[in-house]
Amino acid sequence: MTAVHGSADARPSAAAPAGPLVAVEDLRVSFGAAEVVRGVSLSVAPGECVALVGESGSGKSVTARSLLGLAGPGAAVRAAAFSVAGRDALAFREPDWRRLRGSFAGLVLQDALGSLDPLRTAAAEIGEVLSVHGVVPRRARAARVLELLAAAGVPEPALRAGQRPHELSGGLRQRVLIASAVAAGPRLIIADEPTTALDVTVQARILRLLAERRAEGTALLLISHDLAVVASVADRVLVLRDGQVVEQGPTRDVLSSPAHPYTRSLLAAVPSAATRGARLSDGPPPPPRRPPGGDVPVLAATGLVRSHGPRRAVGGVSFALRPGETLGVVGESGSGKTTLARLVLGLLDPDAGEVTLHGRPWSGVRERARRPLRPSIQLVSQNPLDSFDPRHTVGRLVAEPLRLPRRERRARVLDLLERVGLPPGTAARHPRELSGGQRQRVAIARALGPRPAVLVCDEPVSALDVSVQAQVLDLLAELQAERGLAMLFISHDLGVVRHVSDRVLVMKDGEAVEEGDVEEVFLRPRHPYTRALVAAVPRLPPARPSRPAPSPSYDHPERSRTS
Amino acid sequence: MTGAGLAAAPGRAAVLPAWARFAARRTLAAAAVLWAAATTAYVALLLAPGDTVDILVGDGPDTPGIRAGIVAEWGLDRPQVVQYLSYLWRLLHGDLGRSYQLQRGVADVLAGQVGPTAQLTLAAAGVGVTLACVIATATAGRGRLARGAASAAELASVSVPPFLIGIVLLAVFSFTLGWFPVSGAEGARALVLPALALGLPIAGVLGQVLRGGLERALEQPFAVTARARGLTERALVTRHALRHALLPAVTLAGWFTGTLLGGAVITEALFGRPGLGQVAMRAVTGRDMPVVMAVVLLSAVVYVTVSTLLDLAYRVIDPRTRG
Repeated sequence: MTAVHGSADARPSAAAPAGPLVAVEDLRVSFGAAEVVRGVSLSVAPGECVALVGESGSGKSVTARSLLGLAGPGAAVRAAAFSVAGRDALAFREPDWRRLRGSFAGLVLQDALGSLDPLRTAAAEIGEVLSVHGVVPRRARAARVLELLAAAGVPEPALRAGQRPHELSGGLRQRVLIASAVAAGPRLIIADEPTTALDVTVQARILRLLAERRAEGTALLLISHDLAVVASVADRVLVLRDGQVVEQGPTRDVLSSPAHPYTRSLLAAVPSAATRGARLSDGPPPPPRRPPGGDVPVLAATGLVRSHGPRRAVGGVSFALRPGETLGVVGESGSGKTTLARLVLGLLDPDAGEVTLHGRPWSGVRERARRPLRPSIQLVSQNPLDSFDPRHTVGRLVAEPLRLPRRERRARVLDLLERVGLPPGTAARHPRELSGGQRQRVAIARALGPRPAVLVCDEPVSALDVSVQAQVLDLLAELQAERGLAMLFISHDLGVVRHVSDRVLVMKDGEAVEEGDVEEVFLRPRHPYTRALVAAVPRLPPARPSRPAPSPSYDHPERSRTS
Repeated sequence: MTGAGLAAAPGRAAVLPAWARFAARRTLAAAAVLWAAATTAYVALLLAPGDTVDILVGDGPDTPGIRAGIVAEWGLDRPQVVQYLSYLWRLLHGDLGRSYQLQRGVADVLAGQVGPTAQLTLAAAGVGVTLACVIATATAGRGRLARGAASAAELASVSVPPFLIGIVLLAVFSFTLGWFPVSGAEGARALVLPALALGLPIAGVLGQVLRGGLERALEQPFAVTARARGLTERALVTRHALRHALLPAVTLAGWFTGTLLGGAVITEALFGRPGLGQVAMRAVTGRDMPVVMAVVLLSAVVYVTVSTLLDLAYRVIDPRTRG
């Protein structure tokens, strides 16, 4: 939040020699016939933080890696002008690049993808940078590694140095990555989705760590799909789409008064409190939603307890879900959200406590007794691809839970596909050929097939781009309005939960620390943990009041018409 | 699985460290396999058609004195259970029995042959592993030409049977060029051609697996991180990727123990080398049952030892597999 003002001029110019660290004009990168970066121009000045924002396939990662000569095997990189560290990078050969990698610019990749060698210790990974660039003599290396770990905010550096990625949490792995990227004291850090897949409080700490590096004068090129993350650290932002920059400028200007329709639609697609009841993507206004009704909960849990070995995954959770209602479940990884979903779905039996479905016992009964009720509770999971048999066609996947004669089955499948916005031709295709958003639509169609009363959504949009996420959330909202579905909506994303939920349950270490009306909980959190969660969420700047557009926040009617 | 999960929990209060418990478990399992092998050999002897004494005599000289010796040694005049237990008891004490054809103790027959076979198989394994590593690291992720050539050579070495490789090697290097002796086991020079004949197919398979593993590892995100630190491709391969590629290769090593033992029989015959292969051939064709049983047991020991070592190697290479 300190970084919203342009800092290139605010920073003492004596800190670094004049001229940008990297500057490229008309960068073009192609793989074979496919040009994925199509004329990007960008520069990063010493001490500056520049953000590249875009959705998957926008070319943001390839652009960033090209700046280190790491566009990838088979990539053809061209540019009208390209300078790195004041030298002409167009004339670089591999050894020239190698000397700059790590020492002039450090690369921090997304941890969740396995960016640390799983077979090597943290110390070996960090020490490698020191040895390659001869930063410190061999004898001093171990001590320097510990200093770097400590500087990256790793507690107990001596213990962590000897551990391997599988022994470290996601947040610690990201810190180790940052420690190794800065080990040789680079003047530029290129961070590619450095906080993606991290919990919100961990994300806040990682962003703070990067901000600290910046405060010490290191420039930062931040690549992210998350506009709010960018808003909190970047001086300037470039919005990429299909390999081209559609808009750029100071972060505050771009995010609060976007000029390009694509930027506007990206911003509009971000779910938040302000978007409740409105569409996130383009389309007709949503159908009016029936108020959740009925005093009899369709799904109820009382005092659920479930342990995995010595660890208590869920410890005494109770809730009631009324027909047509959405109950959001938020919490960080390991808080027991998914175990709760499995208990509720009758896939795990609780050690104590009870689940009832339609007022009838659902937990602790035999599967034979459960089976007739199974159609009325269905699951939409985070990664649909893993939940599909890869050899089945979409048609077969959607037809599987339907108890219909063969002749009627096909018509019903096409019906369901149409309902989730997929063309009939999809039925003959395999899930692998579909995009992430299409796959999630297939998963929703499959879940709708048995006409459930309850939909359990476990992180249904976490793996999707923001615009696709918007479409899927809109689809779920429509279906809920149409069919009076009750939803148990599990997510780590507070914005998403706030957008979709009527009530919310906050989980920590297997326990429900707070429950209540969603606005009440987010605006006036009572539990310290909820307060910490809410405080850690990075925020978009409010739309600029000086703009002719009347709306003070990203309001819906205006936004659903954009692009 | 739950055991592994528990062991991974911090603050475990076990009496033994994890590796010692692992070693103890493995040793017990190895003993069980050896017991099963010994019992199978014994059951095969019982099930063979005809009188047990006739079978043990085989094609050897048959006199009442020898027959009485067999009955005494195997306890054939005593109950079945006692026979079986005394058989195991003898094995436990390292007594492999007596070959009535050769009129010598089986241990004595084998003792002189283990050395040459060990030499041959170890040399072949060395040739195979070294060639595979060199070719794979040199060609992984390189141009199409280098990979194509290596790939073709590997395919050829896998598809051509070892005896044919042996014959070609003999024809070229012994008969034509005269660089290496045609047969025998004297000196290191006599070892070169047999080791190549036996090791080349292993180099072929292992090379392909290693290169595949290297190329997969080089595509992982951590390879990008490593390149971004300024590592050369060579350093990336040797410091990072090779270890990942070794995992499937180690699994294969279990398989090629069998190939080596089986291949040794043919290779020894072709190159006129002494060794276990020759002994086993003679014993099988001459129906010298005590020797056959001892060879079976010996290969079981080799297999069990190798697979135990490989499991330990797995834990060293990939710490994630430590329970």
